[in-house]
Amino acid sequence: MAQDHDGATGGDAAGSTVEKYGANPPSAGTAVVVADRIPNPGFEPYRPRVTDLDEAKERQQERRVAGFFILSIVGTVAAIVAYIIFPIVPGDLNSVRFNNLFLGIGITLALLSVGIGAIHWSKSLMDGHDMVEQRHGTRGSDETRAKAVEVFTLGNKESGFGRRTLIRRTLIGALVVTPLPAIVLFRDLAPAEDPVPLLQHTLWKKGTRLTRDPSGTPIRASEVTLGSAFHVIPEGLNELEDKLEQKAKAAVLLMRLKPEDLQVSPGREDWNYAGIVAYSKICTHVGCPVALYEQQTHHLLCPCHQSQFDITREAKVIFGPAKRPLPQLPITVDAEGYLVARSDFTEPVGPSFWERNT
Amino acid sequence: MTTTQEPQTAAVEPTRGTRFTGWAANYIDERTSISGLVKEVGRKIFPDHWSFMLGEVALYSFIVILLSGTFLTFFFQASMVPVIYDGSWVPLKGIEMSAAMDSTLNLSFDIRGGLLMRQVHHWAALLFVASIGLHMLRVFFTGAFRKPREINWIIGFVLFILAMLEGFTGYSLPDDLLSGNGLRIIDGMVKGVPIVGTWISYLVFGGEFPGTDIVGRLYTVHILLAPAILVALLGVHMLLLIVNKHTQFAGPGRTNDNVVGVPIMPVFAAKAGGFFFIIFGVIVLIASFFQINPIWVYGPYDPSPVSAGTQPDWYIGFADGALRLVPPGWEVELGVFTLSLNIMVPLLILPIFLALVAFYPFFEAWVTGDKREHHIADRPRNAPTRTAIGAAGVTFYAVLWAAASSDLIATHFKLTIEGVINACQVLLIIGPIIAYFVTKRICLALQKKDREIALHGYESGRIVRLPGGEYIEVHEQLDEYERWKLVSYSDYKPLMLRPDAKGRITFGQRLRAVASGWFFEDRIEPVTSTEIERSHSDH
Repeated sequence: MAQDHDGATGGDAAGSTVEKYGANPPSAGTAVVVADRIPNPGFEPYRPRVTDLDEAKERQQERRVAGFFILSIVGTVAAIVAYIIFPIVPGDLNSVRFNNLFLGIGITLALLSVGIGAIHWSKSLMDGHDMVEQRHGTRGSDETRAKAVEVFTLGNKESGFGRRTLIRRTLIGALVVTPLPAIVLFRDLAPAEDPVPLLQHTLWKKGTRLTRDPSGTPIRASEVTLGSAFHVIPEGLNELEDKLEQKAKAAVLLMRLKPEDLQVSPGREDWNYAGIVAYSKICTHVGCPVALYEQQTHHLLCPCHQSQFDITREAKVIFGPAKRPLPQLPITVDAEGYLVARSDFTEPVGPSFWERNT
Repeated sequence: MTTTQEPQTAAVEPTRGTRFTGWAANYIDERTSISGLVKEVGRKIFPDHWSFMLGEVALYSFIVILLSGTFLTFFFQASMVPVIYDGSWVPLKGIEMSAAMDSTLNLSFDIRGGLLMRQVHHWAALLFVASIGLHMLRVFFTGAFRKPREINWIIGFVLFILAMLEGFTGYSLPDDLLSGNGLRIIDGMVKGVPIVGTWISYLVFGGEFPGTDIVGRLYTVHILLAPAILVALLGVHMLLLIVNKHTQFAGPGRTNDNVVGVPIMPVFAAKAGGFFFIIFGVIVLIASFFQINPIWVYGPYDPSPVSAGTQPDWYIGFADGALRLVPPGWEVELGVFTLSLNIMVPLLILPIFLALVAFYPFFEAWVTGDKREHHIADRPRNAPTRTAIGAAGVTFYAVLWAAASSDLIATHFKLTIEGVINACQVLLIIGPIIAYFVTKRICLALQKKDREIALHGYESGRIVRLPGGEYIEVHEQLDEYERWKLVSYSDYKPLMLRPDAKGRITFGQRLRAVASGWFFEDRIEPVTSTEIERSHSDH
């Protein structure tokens, strides 16, 4: 039943205080308190629903709610039937699709019907009057608070926690340091060795053949036609136990440009072979593979954060958040005409890290 | 006990069902005294408003996540041991992949209902984070974070962070190409942290990236650590909701001292319970029709390939966008050490932004100096500066989020990638400023309109010709119930600087006066009864 609103508190608008605050009511701050505020008009009269007035309608709604619940049972049965009559046939992907679809539709019907039925029940048949509950201040009453203070006072008195400073301080000290072993324990999350040397070297060394990713077949310089690009891994990578870790550092992109298009800086003259250049594929930003090569402009694009590198200018960054050029792998050909590395990368590959230059 | 029940037994012949319920209730109560709880909570009143359902959506989608996720754990192998795939998906047959990926494929293609549960889990997760976000926006824009609910705001904020953590760890578990690239980005970001970054990455991955440990470790976080904290905090969140009682919008008969609505038993229970089933049903419906995260298309993780146009799940987008918007060259060398500002700046901006969200309630409380409890939800227009700040924050987030799709925006709308990024960089700075001023003006204009309607009524559409030949439109007065919704809101004025007891004006007070002026300089006062009387006598 709706309760008529009490006129005495009816003038209280949003922001008015809650009754129980003990002796000192809290400050209203810079809130404006108006004397001639419009009074709260109290509750609107209840507007009866059709089911409140018409018994035939009420029975109709009752049947409707039950109808939803029956529909839900139908859905449940349908879901179990679908589970059985749409089995997954190995190799037949349509069977997976049908199983997913019809099982899902059955479960959906079962769930939605219960939900809609329950809500329809509450809206059309359950008591529709608004009800009122009084709020009380969140803080405990002064009496309760005094009792709580007394508990602590007694606790303090009976234990001497405040008085016996030696005990208190040593206890706090002990509690502060006890978690330390738990932190130390996490040291062995990783192996003992220093990570920095690992990050500074890759699988490439003098004479390692450049091979295709993922097949591992070596590449002849003559196969790298003008404008082509190869995804490259070092020879022997696929046989390694830690091949993903090695690949994450050693992946290389191989491209052939016209030698006159390359701007080669001093000291790197023999790092390319007849316009064939090899650059680390691992972005110097956060390590995504820089996999998109645009043949016309000779730009490399990292699909993760759109850093762009210009291969004609030794993979200099021309756009995006990366700072450093992609490291270049010095290459040449061996006696059989296969492309090989002249050495490892001369700097760490991939994302920057604090100890990078140490 | 039995003797007191006997007269009733004589009066009304109880059915077997009633007798059983009575017996069971008595059995349980004698062992738990649960009747006290039922008495306390059973008729608690919940106010009704559509926006109050956003938090319910979050709660229910979380339950769906727990249910579907439990099913998935029975089949998923959180292991990076390499295996050769030999399942139903032909294109990957014979390919080496981790046991995690292999078991995910098997539960998708060889377990009846497995794909459905995977898709339910993923869709529910997307809905979970989305509904938390919307719920937070509702709480923010209606001022429901004010005293006594500041602590619950903080708890809700932590829940939001945990939800994103859950989402990201779950995304990484199948060890497919997308999840591996996501982890690669995390690895790169961690390595960019000064001094400790290299070591943290090394410890997290158990060696060099990607290592063989990360899936197992994330699994523990995903199904044990994070859910345990989440459930515990969710419990506290609900408990405080009961203690504080729900806020309500201003309306006739509603005051700051009462709650008007429906009782838990039976109406709210039926509505909320029904709503749970509807949320569950809708998620299953989406999962039966719409594919999500088809890892079999991406293939197993390999550090070398990547597909263009890759996108993280939506809620990670703002972080990814922040990485993209850094201008070129933000990396400096300090002697032999490298400081990656291109990573550290986003890594600092995001927590700062989130911290502003988390601590806003305390800031506003300091500005208003209002120590009273607030249980009436503000209409956003009635707190123009807060609403404008919120709009600025939403814009900031939205620009970062859009930036995460810069490549897709460029390809879909035939723009240059550089142009989209540069536009986002500019928008990130000026967008929030524009949003702030536009929103504030809109709020003030709406308040003026409300004031006008409360004082002079609304346009009835009835045109009357006066004897003098003049045409006027008749204004109809609002009834008092409608008017109350327009005139009842809390109003603040800027802080007047006054010397304290020692005759000094402290720096803190000056600062507060500036903030208070910024907040409340432009204000529209609520209509008073004097004004109403005056406007009526004018006609």
